[in-house]
Amino acid sequence: MPKTLAEKVYEAHVVRSTAGEPDLLYIDLHLVHEVTSPQAFDGLRAAGRTVRHPELTMATEDHNVPTLDILKPIADPISRAQVDALRRNAKEFGIRLAPMGDRDQGIVHVIGPQLGLTQPGMTIVCGDSHTSTHGAFGALAFGIGTSEVEHVLATQTLPQYKPKQMSVTVDGELAPGVSAKDIILAVIAQIGTNGAAGHVIEYRGSAIEALSMEARMTICNMSIEAGAKAGLIAPDRTTFDFLQGRPHAPQGADWDAAVEYWSTLRTDEGAVFDAEVVLDASTLTPFVTWGTNPGQGLPIDGVVPDPADFADEGERRAAEQALAYMGLTAGTPLREIEVDTVFLGSCTNGRIEDLRVAADLLRGRKIDPSTRMLVVPGSVGVKAQAEAEGLDKVFLEAGAEWRGAGCSMCLGMNPDQLKPGERSASTSNRNFQGRQGKGGRTHLVSPSVAAATALTGKLTAPADLIGA
Amino acid sequence: MDAFTTHTGTAAPLRRSAVDTDQIIPAEYLKRITRTGFEDGLFIAWRTNEPDFVLNQPQYADASILVAGPDFGTGSSREHANWALLDGGFRVVISSRFADIFRNNSTKSGLLTVVLPQAEVEKLWTAIEADPTTPVTVDLQAKAVSYGDTVVPFEIDDYVRWRLLEGLDDVGLTERHLDDIEAYEAKRPSWLPTALPAR
Repeated sequence: MPKTLAEKVYEAHVVRSTAGEPDLLYIDLHLVHEVTSPQAFDGLRAAGRTVRHPELTMATEDHNVPTLDILKPIADPISRAQVDALRRNAKEFGIRLAPMGDRDQGIVHVIGPQLGLTQPGMTIVCGDSHTSTHGAFGALAFGIGTSEVEHVLATQTLPQYKPKQMSVTVDGELAPGVSAKDIILAVIAQIGTNGAAGHVIEYRGSAIEALSMEARMTICNMSIEAGAKAGLIAPDRTTFDFLQGRPHAPQGADWDAAVEYWSTLRTDEGAVFDAEVVLDASTLTPFVTWGTNPGQGLPIDGVVPDPADFADEGERRAAEQALAYMGLTAGTPLREIEVDTVFLGSCTNGRIEDLRVAADLLRGRKIDPSTRMLVVPGSVGVKAQAEAEGLDKVFLEAGAEWRGAGCSMCLGMNPDQLKPGERSASTSNRNFQGRQGKGGRTHLVSPSVAAATALTGKLTAPADLIGA
Repeated sequence: MDAFTTHTGTAAPLRRSAVDTDQIIPAEYLKRITRTGFEDGLFIAWRTNEPDFVLNQPQYADASILVAGPDFGTGSSREHANWALLDGGFRVVISSRFADIFRNNSTKSGLLTVVLPQAEVEKLWTAIEADPTTPVTVDLQAKAVSYGDTVVPFEIDDYVRWRLLEGLDDVGLTERHLDDIEAYEAKRPSWLPTALPAR
């Protein structure tokens, strides 16, 4: 029977399958960070269990880490205690840790691919919903809760039910200034913030195949914002070229064996999807969100919607609540929305290509004097690469701040937060109420829209800058 | 995990859709390294900023069943959201649709999530708004929600139901199958990566 890519990866990892019970799925790689793991390690200790495969487990510090003064102890005592707990646990259970200051430290979903630990056909989990990022390599990668973190630490497996299959096909060519972020924001706006619940999404079509690995990661990263279990893309030459030579990629004969297997990881002709979504890339323009969930987005040419125009009562109420929280009036052109802060970074858009795109727009220009721009590389590796290319100087000369690596203002667990009422254009993944700081208001945008917005102080498409 | 068989309590109507886990408990409350004590962050922004928020109303202060709009629990995978609800006195959340990770986490932490059609959620909202003291019973054995003269059946996966009824820990169940795990491990390709420091 023809199978989808996700079915192939799933079935290759079934340890045990019995009617009336979930399948037991083997986990090839477990990524760990400081926020969702301490209670899991406590659980192991309380039950006298060990970590079954410490060598298939990789830990880093990302959510709490400051992006200034990174070589000093963390000032917030509670954040410091959580990071210290991870250090103790990693040492006690023999897990490799990339701590603050380490050259491999960074956002967990940036360092996996950077180290070559993320490879096609693998199962990858992490106590973090944006684990879907790794699906860009054709891995089945999904976020789990702390009880499941404990389960994977103890057994290297997870009880799972086979998810349903959804295809999102994007054909056509993107216009200049339109990017992967705009594709995924358009997809989520179309299917809704939980529209892919119970499904794994496979992104396919010529527009997806044309994307770089960084751009594919941006798309898969936000699969969870449509409620999907995971999102993945079939591995191809672009994938293999990205991986070859990375520290943990196979070498020599192993490389050849791996590529041979990876090349079979494609959805078979005639495989059936439970749901199908189709998008024409050539019609897309930069997308921005206006509301308080990632499905509340529109092309930047639009206006703030009128809640009265929503037929569904639940959606109407949600739109009313969103506009009240966001301090927006129906009918306002999105381009007239003024922001205080621009955040460039996160596991969605904190990779080298994202920084390059933004730097290209900022080079030789100054950001709006009433706007602050925070540039937070996704990892120490990305930061070093950007500095080698002189991007740090471009950002600094434009008036932006160049920070250390981490999750930063994506969720404000460190000191990088919005103040109540402040408004941001952010390349991160969630515009939930208070996500970037209590009372903060978030508009999700692509890196190029972020840079253009920093220059004008208002939501701006890169194309608007021509002749400006 | 505590076993769940049946629960009777009063219910609070949360007339909001797509309640994300950042609203259930914001990130700044996730720094605790214990498994309890998360009630201080439960819906903290709404409790602080909205005097009329349902859980600020005295008639719903002791509710142990939360009746929410569709798509409850979207966003972050934080199991702290489930812990915060439990710590805040809730044993059951009812909605017409849940986000997957939240629902899955609930099956591990002993918080029961019940899916009812939106029309039934609306009826329940009306009943508990008319009389907030209405006792609501959620019977996992019988797979039914009942209040007044109304009995509404619900569906739940048999295996999940059995685990919840018995209060069983997944890790212990999986450890019964160590032979299968070892057999699988013996045939994993040798080129798969390990996280040990690279060359």
